[in-house]
Amino acid sequence: MADARSVAYVRTQAAPVLPPPALSDGALGWLRANLFSGPFSAIFTVLAVAFIAWVAPGLIRYLFIDAVWTANDGASCRSPEVGACWAYIGQKLPFFMYGSYPREWVWRVNMTLVVGAALIVWLLAPKAPAKQIGAFLFFVVYPLLGFILLSGWEKIGLPKIDTDVWGGVFVSLLVSAVGIVVSLPGGVLLAMGRRSTLPVVRIASVIFIEFVRGVPLITVLFMANFMLPLFLPENWTPDRLLRPLVGVSLFASAYMAEVVRGGLQAMPKGQFEGAMALGLGYGRLMRLVVLPQALTKVIPGIVNTFIGLFKDTTLVAVVGIYDFLRAVDTARLDPVWAGPNISTTGYIFAALFYFIFCFGMSRYSQYMERSLAKDRLR
Amino acid sequence: MKRISIAIAAGAILAFGATAASAGTLDQVKQRGSLACGSNSGLTGFGIPDDKGQWTGLDVDFCRAVAAAVLNDPTKVKFIPLTAKDRFTALQSGEVDVLARNGTWTLSREADLGLLFAAVNYYDGQGFMVRKKLNVNSALELNGASICVQQGTTTELNLADYFRSNNMKYEGVVFANVDDVIKAYDTSRCDAFTTDVSQLYGERIKLVNPDEHVVLPEVISKEPLGPAVRQGDDQWFDIVKWTHFAMINAEELGVTKANVDDKLKSDDPSIRRLLGVEGDFGKGMGLTKDWAYHIIKAVGNYGEAFERNVGEGSKLKIKRGLNNLWSKGGIQYAAPVR
Repeated sequence: MADARSVAYVRTQAAPVLPPPALSDGALGWLRANLFSGPFSAIFTVLAVAFIAWVAPGLIRYLFIDAVWTANDGASCRSPEVGACWAYIGQKLPFFMYGSYPREWVWRVNMTLVVGAALIVWLLAPKAPAKQIGAFLFFVVYPLLGFILLSGWEKIGLPKIDTDVWGGVFVSLLVSAVGIVVSLPGGVLLAMGRRSTLPVVRIASVIFIEFVRGVPLITVLFMANFMLPLFLPENWTPDRLLRPLVGVSLFASAYMAEVVRGGLQAMPKGQFEGAMALGLGYGRLMRLVVLPQALTKVIPGIVNTFIGLFKDTTLVAVVGIYDFLRAVDTARLDPVWAGPNISTTGYIFAALFYFIFCFGMSRYSQYMERSLAKDRLR
Repeated sequence: MKRISIAIAAGAILAFGATAASAGTLDQVKQRGSLACGSNSGLTGFGIPDDKGQWTGLDVDFCRAVAAAVLNDPTKVKFIPLTAKDRFTALQSGEVDVLARNGTWTLSREADLGLLFAAVNYYDGQGFMVRKKLNVNSALELNGASICVQQGTTTELNLADYFRSNNMKYEGVVFANVDDVIKAYDTSRCDAFTTDVSQLYGERIKLVNPDEHVVLPEVISKEPLGPAVRQGDDQWFDIVKWTHFAMINAEELGVTKANVDDKLKSDDPSIRRLLGVEGDFGKGMGLTKDWAYHIIKAVGNYGEAFERNVGEGSKLKIKRGLNNLWSKGGIQYAAPVR
């Protein structure tokens, strides 16, 4: 056996480490992997860049460079050369936020929104302490507080403010928040009802779900607001805002029920049997074993329903509720401001508002999916 | 079978109950302490909320006038914004007490929908808007013009009829959406733009240079707009009708929001009767005798309301035209208070 060192073709030193090929590392590598990984990818990248180059300059000019930032009326926004009229948004912001809510009491709305936002952050932040207290405050105390603040209570010096003057962003948020908060538990109950072995419960759930899913939301709202008073005595007619709130909540619950049922169907039978073998009753079986897993599975579906609901709240405008979009739609007719650019500006603003909320919900759900599904992700 | 007939009977009782309940609208309004007014959800000059969310407009002022007459407080009105589709349902179902939402008074609406139009607070009709630089002074000079019009509306039919009956030709530039129509007109895709006159003025202020456009004097259709109430409550119908008449009479007699207190001492018997100094004319309608005084104190006479909301005092600058008093070349005419 010859000594390795004496053999000419055996290296005595490690080969020098060469840099990776230029196309697989660094900026070029990233470009190749992400933008030009194949002929289709390359074509679409070029098209996308061309599209951005085509649209972006005009958009930036319209939204920022040519935009009117300060003005007292619509006169300086009229010319076809100027862009978005942000001064108008600034002037109308209170109307967009609060509708006709009396301006001296607007702090009540603000306080409700701030407290609500703080509680939501508490509940949604992953590491926040004492979530049970937070949940109690949010689901029990907060609705009462909100009702007293918004609607008023003479005894503590808050004059009553009827819902006919409520409007703007805060009504949009109110309708969606109520819809979201009611629809999740409502949907879970309906989904469990639909899978129940008790015939009455099952049939009632099926009828409710199929009936509500079978009619458009707009029909439900229209029925609630204009047909209901035909059947009820004058004094029984519920509040005008309450009716669409109930309508939206029931509607969202039916959709949510089917999403949750999808999660329940996906649970392997072994989970139920295992839980029963441990001696858990139906309530604890659902609460401790099945629902946590089933709901995690359908987070994308749940959030999808929430986002759909959030955007559907604009339909309440049809029954005379002054939601955000209706406020934007009306404000553009104001003779002080009306002009060729005003409608576009208003709708861009509305689009931004809805995008920010929907995108936020979507991002949060993706984050939740990742953190809840650590066991299944590789 | 028996069960079905019971159900029908129950339905009939419910329906009858609903009609009976709507008989005493005045009492309901007084008991509720506010008037439910079906308003437009946003129409410049007629019903639109301002920056602070306060409703303004000619129809809005009419509702305030009714509230002033009935409740002695023009602020006790709940405005319920209604769309063109749901407005009549809302009135029929008792959701609103009066519908002041620029509705056109037609036979089918009264006969088929069970409504009553109480008065005409704005005589509207289809007109034309053109650029001033075209030097057109009459719609009859529009032969061969291209005209922007909204698709599938009675406006489109009226336009065709008018040109045919006058042996003129036109080229229609048609859009489904009114915003597209006005944009096309503004970018000179057509010579003229046609729709109801009140709307012409409303759309004019959205143009790049409103002052370069003029509304032609011809009105080619009848669109009497006015407040409507449910059938079956004659007292309430009277109140709504006479609210309008009181405002017209006040203008005719020179009683304004500013001078109404002085006019209480007037010697003119017509003014004294109108303001309730002489006689008790509100009683028959279930109102106080100074009902008309409250109306004028709150919103002024018809002319004041007109000028403030749609006339020279507003951005719209609509001319009185047909809406002037009968004594001044218009057709606004009110029965006397006596």
